[in-house]
Amino acid sequence: MTEEILRVENLNKYYGDWQALHDINLTLHKGEVLTLLGPSGSGKSTLIRCLNGLETFSSGAIYFKGKKIDGSSKTWQALRQKIGMVFQSYDLFPNLTVIENIMLAPVKVQKRSEKEVRAEAISLLKRVELDEYVDIYPRELSGGQKQRIAIVRALALHPEIMLFDEVTASLDPEMVRGVLQIMADLAKKDHMTMIIVTHEMNFARQIADQVLFLEDGKILENTSGKEFFAHPQTDRARDFLTSMDF
Amino acid sequence: MSWQIITQSLPIFLKAFELTLWLSCVGIVCSILVGIITSLVQYFKVPILGRVLTVYVELARNTPLLIQLFFLYYAFPVIGLKMSAQVCGIIGLVFLGGAYMAEGFTGGFAGVSPSQIDDGKALGMNDLQLARYVVFPQGFALSMPALAANIIFLIKETSIFSVIAIPELTNTALDLIGMYYRSNEYLLVLVIAYAIILVPVILLLNFVERKVRYGTFGN
Repeated sequence: MTEEILRVENLNKYYGDWQALHDINLTLHKGEVLTLLGPSGSGKSTLIRCLNGLETFSSGAIYFKGKKIDGSSKTWQALRQKIGMVFQSYDLFPNLTVIENIMLAPVKVQKRSEKEVRAEAISLLKRVELDEYVDIYPRELSGGQKQRIAIVRALALHPEIMLFDEVTASLDPEMVRGVLQIMADLAKKDHMTMIIVTHEMNFARQIADQVLFLEDGKILENTSGKEFFAHPQTDRARDFLTSMDF
Repeated sequence: MSWQIITQSLPIFLKAFELTLWLSCVGIVCSILVGIITSLVQYFKVPILGRVLTVYVELARNTPLLIQLFFLYYAFPVIGLKMSAQVCGIIGLVFLGGAYMAEGFTGGFAGVSPSQIDDGKALGMNDLQLARYVVFPQGFALSMPALAANIIFLIKETSIFSVIAIPELTNTALDLIGMYYRSNEYLLVLVIAYAIILVPVILLLNFVERKVRYGTFGN
């Protein structure tokens, strides 16, 4: 068995009286891709945001590489350099150029040398075919380009796991493919450990080692990607896949 | 209207002009610093200090500068704190200006979208780095209009210093009028002197505002 990267035990989250997440358990090993599927409002985004401390949780525990996370803001702040995250909003820092966006955290947070980071940033930009945009400001880029750069920006910190929260949900359809391609590439070539919230079912089927199907903050199915798409166990999951044209 | 009266008064007015300019500059720079610190403390909800500064902002914004100056100049010596008129003036101006600036910056910081904060946090930034690289540069650009209005407001507010006998422009004009009864001449010089300061400042601020909005910032 490969090394365990992330484990969640009996995680519950309440907003006041309302329970957003019920007893979530999951385990993710190095190189695995987990997709979180489910209808809107099922708690996917809340869950993935709990995994890098952007949301607090009410009870339960999260372990990173076997070590329990104590939940202090200092611990999370240090951990976030190892847990990369990309969001739906494809926001870059508007006051910085593309290269400055990518270099900011590695240089200022991780205190790495500017020269080394710059070289790496440029090679990453080449990889996503955006190396001609090095000194451009974000407002001149399309949504898809921004999202690809946001992925590069997260990768530049050398994360051990990447979280993707509906990263293609607000992109034009033709932009979606390029972004998904990069994510697939990360999984296949880099064996990056990833958790992906998505509504792109074809993509999920191709990429997921593991699927968590959520509804109303509860895990209804926790199974392999193959199994979930071929033989969903619950009616709810079957309905969901049908509604997604599967 | 007599040109002779005007030309004779110019050397005195020039001194007053310099003093007004100097007091305004010191007051504005210090107010901006106080405003930035206050608004950042409030933005990051620093315990206790945040509350104290909220009280400060409300107190400063809801009392007239005139009364604040009376307090500093006449009441503080009673409890053994005697300061020169100019020091009182600067302190009063910064007390008031800092609060106005803080409100302006707070508005700007609030305009920084939550997703930008998420981005910064997700990149491992601590609160200070978040403030320095995300909240501040973007929030500062957003608060430029408020900042500009406050700068102009503070320059004009230095005229209140005349009540504690600081020989700035207004005080000087009132003094001269009191001595020579030539209101028309002295008031004309006074208005022109303020315009010489304020018109370039307004033009400069308009330019900066446009630059910040259409330049490298914004969408």
